[in-house]
Amino acid sequence: MAAALVALTPIGLYCPGGNFYIDPLRPVPRALITHGHSDHARPGHGSVLATRETLAIMGLRCGQDFAGAVQIAALGEKLKISDVEVSFHPAGHVLGSAQIRLSHAGRTLVASGDYKREPDPTCLPFEPIPCDLFISEATFGLPVFRHPPASREIDRLLASLKTFPDRTHLVGAYALGKAQRVIALLRAAGYDRPIYLHGAMEKITEFYAREGADIGAVRKAEARDGDLAGEIVICPPGSLQDAWSRRFKDPVAAFASGWMRVRARARQRGVELPLVISDHADWDELCATIRETDCARLLVTHGEADALTHWAQGQGLEAEPLRIAGYGEEDMASQEEASA
Amino acid sequence: MNRFAQLLDRLGFEPSRTGKLRLMTEYFKTAPDPERGYALAALAGALSFQYAKPALIRGLIAKRVDPYLFALSYDYVGDLAETAALLWPAAPASADQSAPAHRLTGPPSLSEVVQSLATLGKADLPRQLAIWLDALDETGRWALLKLITGSLRVGVSSALAKASVAALGGQTGVAVEDLWHGLAPPYLDLFAWLEGRADRPAASNPAPFFPAMLAHAIEARDFETLDPAQFCAEWKWDGIRVQAVSGADSSGRNIARIYSRSGEDLSAAFPDLIECLAQSPAAGFALDGELLIRRGGKIEPFSILQQRLNRKTVSAKMLAEFPAHIRAYDLLWSETEDLRPLPFLERRARLEALVSARGEPRLDLSTLIPFASWPELAQARQDPLAYGAGADVGAVEGVMLKRAASGYLQGRPKGHWYKWKRDPWNVDAVLMYAQRGHGKRSSLYSDYTFGVWRSGSQGPELVPVGKAYFGFTDAELAKLDHFVRNNTTNRFGPVREIDHHPARGLVLEIAFEGLNRSSRHRSGLAMRFPRIARIRWDKPAAEADAIETLEALLTPKLGPG
Repeated sequence: MAAALVALTPIGLYCPGGNFYIDPLRPVPRALITHGHSDHARPGHGSVLATRETLAIMGLRCGQDFAGAVQIAALGEKLKISDVEVSFHPAGHVLGSAQIRLSHAGRTLVASGDYKREPDPTCLPFEPIPCDLFISEATFGLPVFRHPPASREIDRLLASLKTFPDRTHLVGAYALGKAQRVIALLRAAGYDRPIYLHGAMEKITEFYAREGADIGAVRKAEARDGDLAGEIVICPPGSLQDAWSRRFKDPVAAFASGWMRVRARARQRGVELPLVISDHADWDELCATIRETDCARLLVTHGEADALTHWAQGQGLEAEPLRIAGYGEEDMASQEEASA
Repeated sequence: MNRFAQLLDRLGFEPSRTGKLRLMTEYFKTAPDPERGYALAALAGALSFQYAKPALIRGLIAKRVDPYLFALSYDYVGDLAETAALLWPAAPASADQSAPAHRLTGPPSLSEVVQSLATLGKADLPRQLAIWLDALDETGRWALLKLITGSLRVGVSSALAKASVAALGGQTGVAVEDLWHGLAPPYLDLFAWLEGRADRPAASNPAPFFPAMLAHAIEARDFETLDPAQFCAEWKWDGIRVQAVSGADSSGRNIARIYSRSGEDLSAAFPDLIECLAQSPAAGFALDGELLIRRGGKIEPFSILQQRLNRKTVSAKMLAEFPAHIRAYDLLWSETEDLRPLPFLERRARLEALVSARGEPRLDLSTLIPFASWPELAQARQDPLAYGAGADVGAVEGVMLKRAASGYLQGRPKGHWYKWKRDPWNVDAVLMYAQRGHGKRSSLYSDYTFGVWRSGSQGPELVPVGKAYFGFTDAELAKLDHFVRNNTTNRFGPVREIDHHPARGLVLEIAFEGLNRSSRHRSGLAMRFPRIARIRWDKPAAEADAIETLEALLTPKLGPG
């Protein structure tokens, strides 16, 4: 029974066979971390096993002493923790993001972490891993969420820049992953002007550039740069409406997020140019991925778990929601992202 | 349809009035006839076809999407048209290049949609709608569904739409307003005039709307600077503010109209009033007053009026059961004379003369409250019965102050008119259930059911007494939403039960305007206009109020009977 492989605790997913947690919400002796977003990668663990990039990102965001000890997980390499076999596989969410595969006594489990299937120039693509039990995220687990191609949304941003050449285009994007993906997509679309950054995303963006992402010329938006009319400025979503944004010329508030698919979500934030660009799988991608893993059993973690569970049951899978409070509030946690 | 859909989409996200004006004017400048005329009609609320019922949209989507997934999606999105537009499966044409049938059809134009809807039989609507939905993209689908259900909700009033089209020819919205009732979609003559290609259309409005004068809420410090001798006071009636206008058209026939305070034409919903206003021997007038229900010799409270509002048509039964009445408090126009520059007291004298000359039972005067000092007026506000409100006391919601020497000034000028509403009542209640909101607050847990303590068979228990949707800031909403997500003890479909243990529950201070007995609620009570006044993070749930506190407020004077 897969229940022997992991158990749900208030701190998060626990593997009794290996005595470790996956993305625990509070400090634990041993943690396996899927990716560097602050709701998954928290400081203070005794030891952390994660990809090289995730460890580097945690160091940038939480300080170099974020854990007692760290160990790099090379993608695809099989490690033993007690008698549980552990391996990390690309999840396509952000740079360094991984799914975690556990295997014991002939049973295999994959914890997806956060993932997406649309190609992203800044990270490795998701690899479907066959398993008996798949633990999937469901941030966008409703059939109303169908993300258009990100390039189409970037074209809309560039079209708006042409229509309003005298206005600053302020793009809200999460500091880790989304901001760099938007920059790389702009470069791929031929936009070669310098792109201005809010201070909160400078370090991570430099890290992405060192790791080979096509970032091009970026600059921190300083007060001396003036109103930056007609330029693109990228900031954490929480800064779109705060005092910091008042220095710009009649800014067009854009927000790059899968939530922008729903009008009310955009209006709640006072967004004028919603860009549906997401680092999470949309409904079709979630369904396709679950089929590809060929799992017999599905557990659905954070997000809209009820709909995905219902769909999977209709497909003949054994499925249930796994309610963990504390994840998938990326959209609610903009202040946290802003200060990161 | 696509260009119109894009316009609606952008209007929906554009926060500023001038921004909306610019977007619409730009559209009217570049869109062709008759497409732009139908767009104007849609924005100004001037299209007349049988609006589709929400049930029709539900029926169409039910054939294509799993009902449970639809229910969850609708709960999340909070808007039926948008949910259906997002869920609608991609048409075969967009997925498969080799399906030429759909390709040839193409997306419909707005003109095609409007003209078809005017002639299409009810039975043919679902099939036609499905064909259009297949041919449109998601923005187009959203716009089409908004259009056919008759509520665009993009923050554009009829007046704003008219102002934006007027800007084409350097005209004002009022100039277009004056012509409006003689025009019909797609307004080819209007556009021709505005673009300088033709003369001004002849028709003019015999009963036009005059922009309303609005009041400020009075603040404690205002009393220090205001001289009571310079002000008149009236009861603030709890109905809807209207303007009743009558005038003769070119053939000498009397035309009467009733407008909301923003200029929306409400005439169709109040044929009883229109009939009485149009019977006028006078050549014309425009009066400002409160629309109320008067029966059995008294003005009914708002809860009664509410039963007659928001209806496109009104039945004979409804007319008999809820007779409409206007309580007049100002006169803006009389025969050929614009009275607005005159001082309030002079207009008031003219109004008194007009109302008594007409002698109609459906029209009377809002009386003045005599007072010598602010403390005396405060007493009247506390106890309207003792100050002459009589049988109408149930419809009084405070007092109005009007400067005796002020002209009738459009907009909300400072220092002339003040409203001084009755204080709300407050009760400390405990949060029991939460549900996601609709519209702007969809997907956040923003609808709260709260309860107060009563003694049950096993000790104190909570009984729900009401629901509140607002009164909090966005920052407070984020905290409440977070609290709901982290303290859910049970789920019933979209409803979450929240931990309301005496030690852990969350206390909400609820403000409300009135209290009635109600058989529809478990507590036997119904609150009027409840909202969250404060979130008492500090107060233990056990210390919230008990049902007896509310029942004590149910004095006969406040109840409906």
